[in-house]
Amino acid sequence: MLSEKLIDDKRRAAEALLGALPLPEGEAGWAREARAKARTRLLDAGAPIRRDEYWKYTEPTRLTVPLAPVAPAEEAPEATSPFATVEARVVRFVNGRLRLDLSQALQQGGLEVATLAEALSRDITPARDLFGALEFAGQEKVARPLAALNTAAATEGLCLHATGPVAEPIHLIHQQIGDGAALTHHVVKVENGASLTVLESGIAGNSVLEVDVAPGGSFHHIRLQHAPERPTATHVFARIGEGAAFRTFTLTADGELTRNEVIMEFVGDDATGHIAGAVLGRATSHADNTVFVTHGAERCESRQVFKTVLEGEAKGIFQGKIFVRPGAQKTDGYQISQSVLLEDGAEFSAKPELEIYADDVKCSHGSTTGALDETALFYLMARGITRREAEALLVGSFVEEAVAEIEDERLQDVMRGEVACWMAGRG
Amino acid sequence: MLQIENLHVKLEDEDKQILKGLSLTVETGKVHAIMGPNGSGKSTLSYVLAGRDGYEVTDGSASLDGDDLLDMEPNERAAAGLFLAFQYPVEIPGVNNMTFLRTAMNAQRKARGEEEISAPDFLKLVRATAKTLNIDNEMLKRAVNVGFSGGEKKRNEILQMAVLAPKMCILDETDSGLDVDAMKLVAEGVNALRSEGRSFLVITHYQRLLDHITPDVVHIMADGRIVETGGPELALRVETQGYAGLTPAA
Repeated sequence: MLSEKLIDDKRRAAEALLGALPLPEGEAGWAREARAKARTRLLDAGAPIRRDEYWKYTEPTRLTVPLAPVAPAEEAPEATSPFATVEARVVRFVNGRLRLDLSQALQQGGLEVATLAEALSRDITPARDLFGALEFAGQEKVARPLAALNTAAATEGLCLHATGPVAEPIHLIHQQIGDGAALTHHVVKVENGASLTVLESGIAGNSVLEVDVAPGGSFHHIRLQHAPERPTATHVFARIGEGAAFRTFTLTADGELTRNEVIMEFVGDDATGHIAGAVLGRATSHADNTVFVTHGAERCESRQVFKTVLEGEAKGIFQGKIFVRPGAQKTDGYQISQSVLLEDGAEFSAKPELEIYADDVKCSHGSTTGALDETALFYLMARGITRREAEALLVGSFVEEAVAEIEDERLQDVMRGEVACWMAGRG
Repeated sequence: MLQIENLHVKLEDEDKQILKGLSLTVETGKVHAIMGPNGSGKSTLSYVLAGRDGYEVTDGSASLDGDDLLDMEPNERAAAGLFLAFQYPVEIPGVNNMTFLRTAMNAQRKARGEEEISAPDFLKLVRATAKTLNIDNEMLKRAVNVGFSGGEKKRNEILQMAVLAPKMCILDETDSGLDVDAMKLVAEGVNALRSEGRSFLVITHYQRLLDHITPDVVHIMADGRIVETGGPELALRVETQGYAGLTPAA
């Protein structure tokens, strides 16, 4: 239990966070209401501190500095796509601002697109049912104050409504020059029979992605966080309907402080949801993957597959929970988090949790940590392969289980390339 | 030519001497066999020559064509032409057999200042070699040694040996765990590689492998050193009389 003083401090810190950001203007009544509720959620929870159980392994101080929005960029920086092998529609966010002038045309068959600002000023939009709603639902068991802050204050983002199979993925590229807050909030609705892939690269300071996959819909999310220069906190909230499919994969390479939360709930039977990630950390980088999976329906299959490779004094964290509601029979929940420590100074912490209120379920979790297999290294070296190359081969094979969670083989190759590149860049 | 002189080796972590002044010369183009009872230090010799961690050389030397082996990393020894066929080939999940072979081949070429082999040339070489060893394409595509039978693992070792074309091949108990047919196949693979420029050191507990790979010279090893050297007839003597009478312990 936190003392009253700490609770007061947390609330004041939350007020400071809100106070640094301007109040959104000109929005529809329902949007204003959603914002107000989010503010209340944030103030009630308070800003996160290390003493919170959920932040035990990650010091949140750098994420709770009250910051005014970063100033608009004077010149748009160059943007290169790490996903160049895949035809995708690029949407650029520079300093937290959607830059349609730098983006490609978003309209395509099966997809309705609006900016978040447009969506929140209208009365009829899928955003109305979703904005802040999935984030709110995702706070049922654990407070997620940084997500509430985002709902309260973020004005930039996209509302994507997939009504059929969408041929080309939407690729969000985030860039930031200069210090300050950058908040983005995206709302996605995938209808029955529709499918959509969203790619992300670069670093969004504080981002929320709310995804509602209607029965029979399919959504993929593939993200590359390459050497983020600033602390970043991301939340993906997913609600998955009957027979629907959801997949998210994130590769995090270095970065001083990255906290990625994925909160997924099955609300219809026979659905699947796969959450995967790979972390490559060196020097003093810190990457935290926190996952919460709720099985609220029957015969759903969830998978969490996380692979972490660390050297130097890097830290990796995995917190993963499977929560099975009463009646969610025939649940199949799988969770694995493994790490390889290339050097002694690196540290990996894993906290797997199961909370099960149904009696006919299959849930498993496993976690391992250790060095690369010396016997395997010797075998490879005895064939002429240098130690560095041998390590790269073994690390590549180690992260493969997570990479294989990506469906598109071209995107798998992008991630394999990132891993090889990171290994080649070792000091 | 492999030259080992007065080699003394102990375990790194324990005060246990395993090789106690072993001397041996394998001339270029020759096949030497080392036989010996369990615990005589045969496998330690192969590991020390290949450069495995965990051993400490306290005295003596080992060189290949004049180059000091003990001073090199395992990969440098391989590039210098040394090849160890493992008694227990290691399973490496997630690393494809072909990728592994190609990486190894190019790493050795790079170390020797040679150009990388082209993909078509490599494929041609591997496929042709694999065929003679009864290794099908499916096995080439699988992860290194994962799910391989004992015989498949040993054939895979010989495949690597054939493709990498070393000067000095050490076969550590290659016959262990093999039935007669598998052993014949492996022996044929080895015999096909015998040439003027290539030497072999065949380490074995039993004489039976030497029925198929006829050695030029046979050494008996006991308690960390060579205790007797002779022709192929020495192996036959072990077969009928056992190691009794050949080893100091007996």
